[in-house]
Amino acid sequence: MRGRLFVFGRHVLAPLLAVAAIVSSGGCATSGARDARDPAEGFNRAVFAFNEGLDAAVLRPVAVGYDAVLPTPVRSGVSNVYDNLADLFIAANNLLQGKPADAVNDAARFVFNSTFGILGIFDVATEMGLEKHEEDFGQTFGRWGVGPGPYLMLPLLGPRDARDAAGLVLDSLVDPVGNVGHVPTRNTLSAVRLVNTRATLLPADKIIEAAALDKYSYLRDAYLQRRRSLVFDGRPPREPDEE
Amino acid sequence: MKRLIATLASLLSISAAVAQDIAPDALVRSVSSDVLEIVHKDKDIQSGNIAKAVELAEAKVLPHFDFAHMTRLAVGKDWRKASPEQQKALVDEFRTLLVRTYSKAFIEYRNQTIEYKPLKMQPTETDVWVRTLVNQTTGKPVQIDYNLEKTDQGWKVYDISVAGVSLVTNYRSSFAQEVSLGGVDGLVASLRAKNKAGAASVAAGKK
Repeated sequence: MRGRLFVFGRHVLAPLLAVAAIVSSGGCATSGARDARDPAEGFNRAVFAFNEGLDAAVLRPVAVGYDAVLPTPVRSGVSNVYDNLADLFIAANNLLQGKPADAVNDAARFVFNSTFGILGIFDVATEMGLEKHEEDFGQTFGRWGVGPGPYLMLPLLGPRDARDAAGLVLDSLVDPVGNVGHVPTRNTLSAVRLVNTRATLLPADKIIEAAALDKYSYLRDAYLQRRRSLVFDGRPPREPDEE
Repeated sequence: MKRLIATLASLLSISAAVAQDIAPDALVRSVSSDVLEIVHKDKDIQSGNIAKAVELAEAKVLPHFDFAHMTRLAVGKDWRKASPEQQKALVDEFRTLLVRTYSKAFIEYRNQTIEYKPLKMQPTETDVWVRTLVNQTTGKPVQIDYNLEKTDQGWKVYDISVAGVSLVTNYRSSFAQEVSLGGVDGLVASLRAKNKAGAASVAAGKK
């Protein structure tokens, strides 16, 4: 999912976040049972409908074409190149979270994949037993004890909680793709990353369709669970109110 | 004759005991590798035959699932409000929904390989997480974890977490919303409607 956030770069991001913050602090009246984690549900649902429409009209068809045209090894190479660029950023976040051993692992991944893996096209580090991690500034804040805050559905960028929206601003500042000076190159790299990420999510579409009574709340709850799990590095304690 | 019966009886009890004694990680491993092998060989499932995938799940996977426990966990606080008949209806409908979802997942992620994380478990433990990593042909590996509980019938799965998202508790807030709008019967009706639509898409041969 993370690929989606960087796409429009920092220029579009700041005003979007400001709008989201204003709307969420104002709150919106919603019908039915209210979820304390989602105070702006009415607004969020409207943005979700907009995002869904855009996805169905533009992004999904492009991703389907991309998936159909390119053979698996090519798509896998594209994913690996972007993942490799992210590893240094992940190393920095692991360091900030007080996990130096993981940070060394991530930096070593970057070194091996950039060299033996030919600029990251092949993920040789995983074969060597260096595990891939997933970290970002939102998780780092969570590790430092910051709570998730209200849930937001951002236009174009998708779901975030307030903590991750703040993390997203920092993420995009240090994003290597977003910092490419040559604008056409940067836009191309961003667009390919977006389409590639969307293509990897195609199988999930059908499963969510089969599973969800209400797609909006299903995705919201999945997002919140996923982020909580990531903050605990995949081993979250059971929520206290369960059972 | 008596001796024969006694021998048979003891054999039966031994095999039952063996089934119960399978460690939770060994159980997850043998069931998933069986299923993957069948999915790899079965042309119908490969080409997206969901009815066939459901059949496979029913035969191989579901005997190891505790759907009553899953439903209790998904419904949460409202479970106690439900009458025994309502509870039974909830379990039946939720089971159908989960089975169809799970079978779709078989089809969508058919080319995967599974890595099993070592399980550190005390002999006295009755509730464990078995952790696996599913490698896809493209994209990042997905962490899939199984939460099992020791019962009189051996270890049973009562929660599955995909990439940190519980397929069971993820329903909790939407279920609570349904109950607050239409009571327990309202939730049963919504699940029924969802399953009816799903069954229609299976019958129509849609993937």
